[in-house]
Amino acid sequence: MDAGPGFWLPRQGSTSAAKVDFLFRAVTNISIFFFVLITVVLFYFVWKYRARPGHTAQPSADHNQKLEITWTVIPLLIVIWIFWEGFAGFLDLQTPPINAYEVQVLGQKWKWLFTYPNGVVDDNLHVPPDEPVRLVMTSQDVIHSLYMPEFRIKRDALPGRYEREWFQATAPGEYQIFCAEYCGTSHSGMIAKVIVHRSRPEFEAWLAEAGNFLDKLPPEKLWEGGQKLYNQRGCKQCHSVDGASGIGPSFKGIWGHQQPLTGGGSALVEENYVRESIVNPQAKIVAGYEPVMPTYQGRLKDKEITAIIAYLKTLE
Amino acid sequence: MRPKDHYLNHGSGFRSWAFTLDHKRIGVMYLVATLGSFLLGGLAALAVRTELISRGPTIMSADTYNKMFTLHGAVMVFLFIIPSIPAALGNFVLPLMLGAKDVAFPRLNLMSFWLWVAGALFCIGAVVTGGVDTGWTFYTPYSTTTNTNVIATTFGVFILGFSSIFTGMNFIVTIHKLRPPGMTWFKMPLFLWALYGTALIQVLATPVLAITLLLLIAERALGVGIFDPALGGDPVLFQHFFWFYSHPAVYIMILPAMGIISDVISIHARKHIFGYRFIALSSIAIAAFGFLVWGHHMFVSGQSGMANAIFSALTFSVAIPSAIKVFNWLATLYKGDIHLTTAMIYALMFIITFGIGGLTGLHLGALAVDVHLHDTYFVVAHFHYVMFGGTVIALLAGIHHWWPKMFGVMIDERLGRIGAALVFVGFNTTFFTQFVMGSHGMPRRYYDYLPQYEIYHRISTLGSYVMAAGFFLTAYYLIHSLFRGKPAPMNPWGGNSLEWHTASPPPYDNFAVTPVAEDPYDYSRLVPDKIAGGYTSQTYEGAGAR
Amino acid sequence: MSHEHQPHLQHHFETPEQQFDAGKLGIWLFLATEILLFGGLFCAYAIYRASHPEVFVYAHQFLDKVLGGTNTVVLLCSSLTMAWAVRASQLGQRKLLIALLSLTLLGGFAFMGIKGIEYKQKWEHGLLPGTHFAPHDEHAAEAAPAPAAPSPTFKPSAAGPAGTVRGDEPAVSASGPHGKRPSNTQIFFGIYFLMTGLHAIHVLIGMGAIGWILVRSIRGDFGPEYFTPVDFVGLYWHLVDLIWIFLFPLLYLIH
Repeated sequence: MDAGPGFWLPRQGSTSAAKVDFLFRAVTNISIFFFVLITVVLFYFVWKYRARPGHTAQPSADHNQKLEITWTVIPLLIVIWIFWEGFAGFLDLQTPPINAYEVQVLGQKWKWLFTYPNGVVDDNLHVPPDEPVRLVMTSQDVIHSLYMPEFRIKRDALPGRYEREWFQATAPGEYQIFCAEYCGTSHSGMIAKVIVHRSRPEFEAWLAEAGNFLDKLPPEKLWEGGQKLYNQRGCKQCHSVDGASGIGPSFKGIWGHQQPLTGGGSALVEENYVRESIVNPQAKIVAGYEPVMPTYQGRLKDKEITAIIAYLKTLE
Repeated sequence: MRPKDHYLNHGSGFRSWAFTLDHKRIGVMYLVATLGSFLLGGLAALAVRTELISRGPTIMSADTYNKMFTLHGAVMVFLFIIPSIPAALGNFVLPLMLGAKDVAFPRLNLMSFWLWVAGALFCIGAVVTGGVDTGWTFYTPYSTTTNTNVIATTFGVFILGFSSIFTGMNFIVTIHKLRPPGMTWFKMPLFLWALYGTALIQVLATPVLAITLLLLIAERALGVGIFDPALGGDPVLFQHFFWFYSHPAVYIMILPAMGIISDVISIHARKHIFGYRFIALSSIAIAAFGFLVWGHHMFVSGQSGMANAIFSALTFSVAIPSAIKVFNWLATLYKGDIHLTTAMIYALMFIITFGIGGLTGLHLGALAVDVHLHDTYFVVAHFHYVMFGGTVIALLAGIHHWWPKMFGVMIDERLGRIGAALVFVGFNTTFFTQFVMGSHGMPRRYYDYLPQYEIYHRISTLGSYVMAAGFFLTAYYLIHSLFRGKPAPMNPWGGNSLEWHTASPPPYDNFAVTPVAEDPYDYSRLVPDKIAGGYTSQTYEGAGAR
Repeated sequence: MSHEHQPHLQHHFETPEQQFDAGKLGIWLFLATEILLFGGLFCAYAIYRASHPEVFVYAHQFLDKVLGGTNTVVLLCSSLTMAWAVRASQLGQRKLLIALLSLTLLGGFAFMGIKGIEYKQKWEHGLLPGTHFAPHDEHAAEAAPAPAAPSPTFKPSAAGPAGTVRGDEPAVSASGPHGKRPSNTQIFFGIYFLMTGLHAIHVLIGMGAIGWILVRSIRGDFGPEYFTPVDFVGLYWHLVDLIWIFLFPLLYLIH
């Protein structure tokens, strides 16, 4: 079957896509068949029996057991077949192979974060080609849903639980990730990419590089690491760096200045305040903002926080 | 000819309407109220579609957009679609079809209406004081943590639920207890079977919505924690509670619509309905089975594979009776004498648009395919095809069919056809495009989108403007007919159900002489009335004719 | 049949029997809706009890069986007086009807009074639902931290994706003569207050309805030819009683 994009469906990027597409197309064809049948009969009858001078309705039976049984049994058999194929296909989508490569997924408003077995956290999903990958997902806050249309998979990410989905990518390239459960202001902005590397070694190389990026930076460039973390770890969703208003206070020009707090008083923006705001955001809320920031305790290492502080200092 | 004294001029002034116990006046008030809601929900839809005509912000911010699609959904579902056919047309027609003077509980009926008003005020109040941005489905934990007006809106919906329950109670008792002598169950018009099935759902399912909303309010106001995982609760439990009502609710929406189609097709084709018994019993079967499939809204929510399989299988079983109804309607046309009145055009349109909606339900009921399609525009298109292409089109058919009876005037059929054409073209342009967008992965409730979806959104939005034009034209000629329409005869279409055996509009107490019920689909004794217009019964003499 | 001699016969009914039958079907349908309303809560109870049985076994000890049992007896007796009142109205025994309705109403007050005492006890001991759960009864060995406020932050009980933090609430909190308190005990009190609270609201509504027919009874509105409102309010009151009969063992008498 053709794996490229068609009228109805995007290209097939996973091993499961072909089976799903077969059923989608079958149901579509069955639907078109019945739709054409119904429409043709409808138009034919409307034309043939249209009211006109001298024309009257002719008596005919108002029930016909054979006909009624036929048009009950045939659709019934068809839907039984569709149900069965759908169920079988679903079991395949549900059941990851045993040796799948596991990536942890965290959904939060409004970002996906992927944690790899070596502890690296990235905001895109990098995978090796032609290997099954299992995603173990949860949510930081409300219900999100991880959807990869080209792989034909989707699963809700729930707070307080872990859900799983799996896929095996068939070709290197970039594929789309959407959030498919409405989650507020930037629901449509909660998108990411699946990056299928060209080979397993290439993937491993990326993984190693990603794990070390902060260590490799010279001290005067640490702020670039902070900037990368700002972009990747969900800070950007709520805090601007150019003064634009958002869910949280803008970072522009705050370093070294006092921030007014809810309930009176103020705080000086220096290292301890920033560290506290990251690991215990509810402790001090800037006046005029809601206490909705999730905690990053355990999610940012100390050197990552240092890099972020370095970045903030550059935002005069 | 239009009678001198009828229910519309029997008493005048605000109080004679506000405190009326006349089911016909209550029906008219509901008609105005629900169509007004349709206008409000429709304007919200136009705003949503206009925002989506281009990528990025077009006319509103993301937060406003989220409130706008919530407004559209909540108003359309709770203020418009669920009450519309039963409360507006059903209230008017049901007692007349039974040869009765009123419904069983006229005061309860009035209370139903004022509860609708109270619920609507809460919802509108919630909107004007800041709006709500949860989507009409109020999923937790988003709905328990967002700081928009969730409590006001859900309380409004809670009140609207009682309006619906009381209407259902009234209709069940009326059909059981106020049938005329000789009208056994299988001699009732199919619209009554449809309203009966609907009423069963209204009475049994709506209380579950009530408790669901109360729990949501308790969660927000009292911090109970039943849906909060941090407090030991389960957010998916909300989805089960919510859909346990909201799935049967869609049968509240479609069953009365199907009842209208049965009656309109039969009468305007001058042909006895085909498969009466099947259609009658399928209304009850669909109502019953409709309670068993709620989990098909939750295939990717984390529910077990076993539950998914059961819900999927049951979902397909509900599809069968609906499909067979379509075949029955087509068979009714066979050898008929088909008059393409505006009512009939809408009824035939229903078969096409509801057909598409129903067929795409097959895609969504199939588990493996639903994983891909869930929460995309494919679902949005599906439910618009069944709710709009189904219920709204049937409502239009019913309005055009019973308009002469309700208001004693005929509409301009030429404008009716133009309006129907605009609605049909606009509707399909708007929503068929969304099927394709959805199967290409475009998720729903998205304020912004990727470039590859732009062309679909543009086409869809333009379609919505065409559709809106059709509706504005329809509103124009309907209102115009009230002032300038030709007087309607007693029986313009030649129906044989009892509402056609009284004046247009009917007198205050419905029948000058209590009619005798016959087979409502037997038109053999109805002949054209050359003097008064419409049809008249040969040898019909009221009580004691047979 | 002439409607003039039958002031209670509404114009759209042919006979008083038809009107009464219609009303009866109507009230039974309404009771069905009430059963479905409470059904949702019973469902929630069943689900949470199945998934957290230890919470229910532990927490129900804090409910006072004596007060609950007394309330059960009170409601049963009031159902008796109510049923008897219906009979009295059918037989035209006006004085008896007034007395019995008054007793029924008194039963309602007694129920609400005892309920008030129970709720007050819960309040004093901090045994409230959800975020308000802050137990500080004198039997606890030490106070345990109150559970987390419902914030956007979820703390799973193990290290989770992206290094989400380990929950700081121990699996078992305080210890005392009632045994160790399991985590999430507040679920029980959430269910308890929702179910008994909704039930209490229905008792209040019932008391209002009884009060209204009491006034009408004093006015002499009821007799053998017309007692419908008494009958129907009676049915409602029986349902309210029946719901309590289920609530009591499910909440108070757990093993």
